[in-house]
Amino acid sequence: MRFKSLAIFLIISSFFLTCILSIWKIMATLQGLSFTNLNVTPIFLIGILLPLAFVLIGNKINHLIKIFSLSFIFSFLYFYLNEASPYWYILGVFLITLFFTNKLKKYSIQSLKEDFISEKIIFDFITLFGIVFFAFVILFPFYIMLVTSFKTQIALLVNPLDFSLDFTKSLAELFKSYFVIFETYNFGRYILISSAVSIGTVIVTLLFAIPAAYAVARLNFFGKNFLSTSILIIYMFPAIVLVIPLYTVFSQLGLRNSIFGLLIVYTATTLPVAIYMLQGYFKSIPKEIEDAGIMDGQNWFGIILKIIIPLSLPAIASVALYVFMIAWNEFLFSLMFLDSPKSFTLSRAIQYLSGDAETPRQYLMAGSVIVTLPVLFIFIYFEKYLVSGLTAGSVKE
Amino acid sequence: MSDSLSKLEKRTAYTLVLPAVLLVFAIVLFPIFANVWISFKDIELKDIRIPEPRAKKIVKSISENQSELKIIYKLRNSSLIQEIRNVQFQDKLPTNVSPINLDPRCNFQSKKIVCNFGNWQAKYRENFEITVLNNKGEIIDKKIIKSQKPILSGKADNPLLTTNFTLENFKKVFYENNFVELLLTTFYFTFFGTVGAIIFGILAAQLVNQNIQGRTYMRGILLFPYVGPVVALAYTWTLLLDPNSGTLNALLVNFNIIEQPINLLGQKYITMSILGFEFKLRLALTTVIFFEIWRYFPLAFLFILARLQAIPQSLYEAAEVDGASPIQKFIHITLPQITAIISILFMIRFIWNFNKFEDIFLLTGGASGTRTLPINVYQQGFAVSDIGMGSAVSIVIVMLLLSFMVIYFRLIGKRANEV
Repeated sequence: MRFKSLAIFLIISSFFLTCILSIWKIMATLQGLSFTNLNVTPIFLIGILLPLAFVLIGNKINHLIKIFSLSFIFSFLYFYLNEASPYWYILGVFLITLFFTNKLKKYSIQSLKEDFISEKIIFDFITLFGIVFFAFVILFPFYIMLVTSFKTQIALLVNPLDFSLDFTKSLAELFKSYFVIFETYNFGRYILISSAVSIGTVIVTLLFAIPAAYAVARLNFFGKNFLSTSILIIYMFPAIVLVIPLYTVFSQLGLRNSIFGLLIVYTATTLPVAIYMLQGYFKSIPKEIEDAGIMDGQNWFGIILKIIIPLSLPAIASVALYVFMIAWNEFLFSLMFLDSPKSFTLSRAIQYLSGDAETPRQYLMAGSVIVTLPVLFIFIYFEKYLVSGLTAGSVKE
Repeated sequence: MSDSLSKLEKRTAYTLVLPAVLLVFAIVLFPIFANVWISFKDIELKDIRIPEPRAKKIVKSISENQSELKIIYKLRNSSLIQEIRNVQFQDKLPTNVSPINLDPRCNFQSKKIVCNFGNWQAKYRENFEITVLNNKGEIIDKKIIKSQKPILSGKADNPLLTTNFTLENFKKVFYENNFVELLLTTFYFTFFGTVGAIIFGILAAQLVNQNIQGRTYMRGILLFPYVGPVVALAYTWTLLLDPNSGTLNALLVNFNIIEQPINLLGQKYITMSILGFEFKLRLALTTVIFFEIWRYFPLAFLFILARLQAIPQSLYEAAEVDGASPIQKFIHITLPQITAIISILFMIRFIWNFNKFEDIFLLTGGASGTRTLPINVYQQGFAVSDIGMGSAVSIVIVMLLLSFMVIYFRLIGKRANEV
């Protein structure tokens, strides 16, 4: 029994180590190192020796000394078995091994005797592996987006694996793509348009949504239940089926190619979510506070303005951010309604750029970085609000 | 007293709700009904403008005599399919200038030429000429004549509002459009995209729910693909997967995992053999599905994580005492707690994936076997510019969606309420 769990422990942990080292090797390859072999088998084999040595040594020596010396020996073996590589790469290997052996801390010959230890080992390492895997898969495209914007098309065609940045170049040269898209492709204008449309959508949506949400949350009127269920159903309805009628009507009214037309459509499509999120929050405000307001002779306008809005600022902020992100990221309507470069939003401008096969990819990626960065910054900074808003907005839980 | 209060309450409620309701009605509900109308009409993109009478003015000298000029109006009906009724024409001449031998359809009064051209057929064209003479024999300034623009007006039907209907569009949708293939592609995309997103969502939520360091950071990072703009992400993936100089292919070739680069987004089928069985995989479609999963599993993750964190820890502690293994704990405690949220997520993601347009459009444009119903709406309506046909496909989408919703509420809706 003990032998079986020991074997599972060695295999799983070595598999995990091999995966991390392979990812490290791939990242190093993208810095221009010319590796041509992942060397999975030998690494896996010496990877088995490492946890074996770890549990055999046990508590005989201090943990820190143990992990440092084991990692050092492992890195040396790795260096010996592998193709020639610079010192920073081996240092990375050393640090990864250090992290790995530190994770082994809770295992010893004794602990391998516990109940269900093999399942626990599998769960532990799958968790670790999963985190590394998910983080890599998610962040890799963002990383490529960022570094491509600093390279040149020719360099990438010569060696598509060399994403290393040449810091000896001047800053102006490093950020050349960004200068070009602002100067030649007018991205300054598109940023302005995108911001105007998104901020405008936020303001108009809130103006419409706050009174409506208040009525749905507080007042009794005929058709209220119908309204609150239809809000969710409308939210489910697809933009693509709206496109043709809106296109024809907007063409006849001359609303195509206008920021105003876009603003109306964005507002109408985000209103249901906004009302849904806000009314949920309004319901949680104690009714007594409003009653006091009514006693003071406030009408509904005063109640909303002086009581409801100040009390629900966090919810309003999260709705505002959410609507902003929807409007900023929106692509379908801007594709359909905007044909003239004078009224492009950022998303539409990038798509327009890509329509020309001659456009070098670093410009496309620089544009992508510009459209992505504000959203990511907002998201990271206001994550708490947004996450609660997201979960409240889409599904009733 | 209370009666008038509730009346006031109602009136207030309607005032508060009405602006939002009207706007949503105009932009969201009205188009859905308008689709029904358009889908029964034979109408193309170029027909949607209301026909206008147009005139282009050309001024020519006829002879040495500079006091005499010829004005040519190139008249036409802007529409190729519709007539314009009762076309009225008006143009102004400078002082002392008057026309000679004026067309019988026109009058000259107080410096104005007014004509009544009657009805213009579709594609109508005419070169309408007037000779003008200065009464005092002075030179006429061409520029002044040219700068005066003629005014035309006429009555025409809005091609969208005429009442000639046809079933042609629906016939074409079902018989000439590879409809079965279209439907199958849409369902593959929707189903595997949805299931994949939920499976990865469960895995990720399970991971983040463990007591690991940096759990909040991890949650933030996992949501990146969901909050990022689709244009930027789709183009990054296109670059990554590019067969000629894309990073992924270059890596795989570099480490000798594959011999030739694979065109992941441009190849319809790839033949694979597993255990001696050869089968064809829809390659481009699979790649698009993976992008879809990558972009939308964060949503599933977020909801499942929220649910997982609400499960009382005491349940797991009790199971621990009873000697349950981690797998048993997952199957008997975690899974029953998250089935409700999973069924809701399944419906939401299924409907949204069913309607997904941008992702496929940006990655493949609907080529190499990735043409789904929403892509077809765009292709018919704007690439082939057959608006009626595009609307007919939209109607098919709406019908299918409504039936999903009905099926969903029959099957799962009740259960979700119980849980």
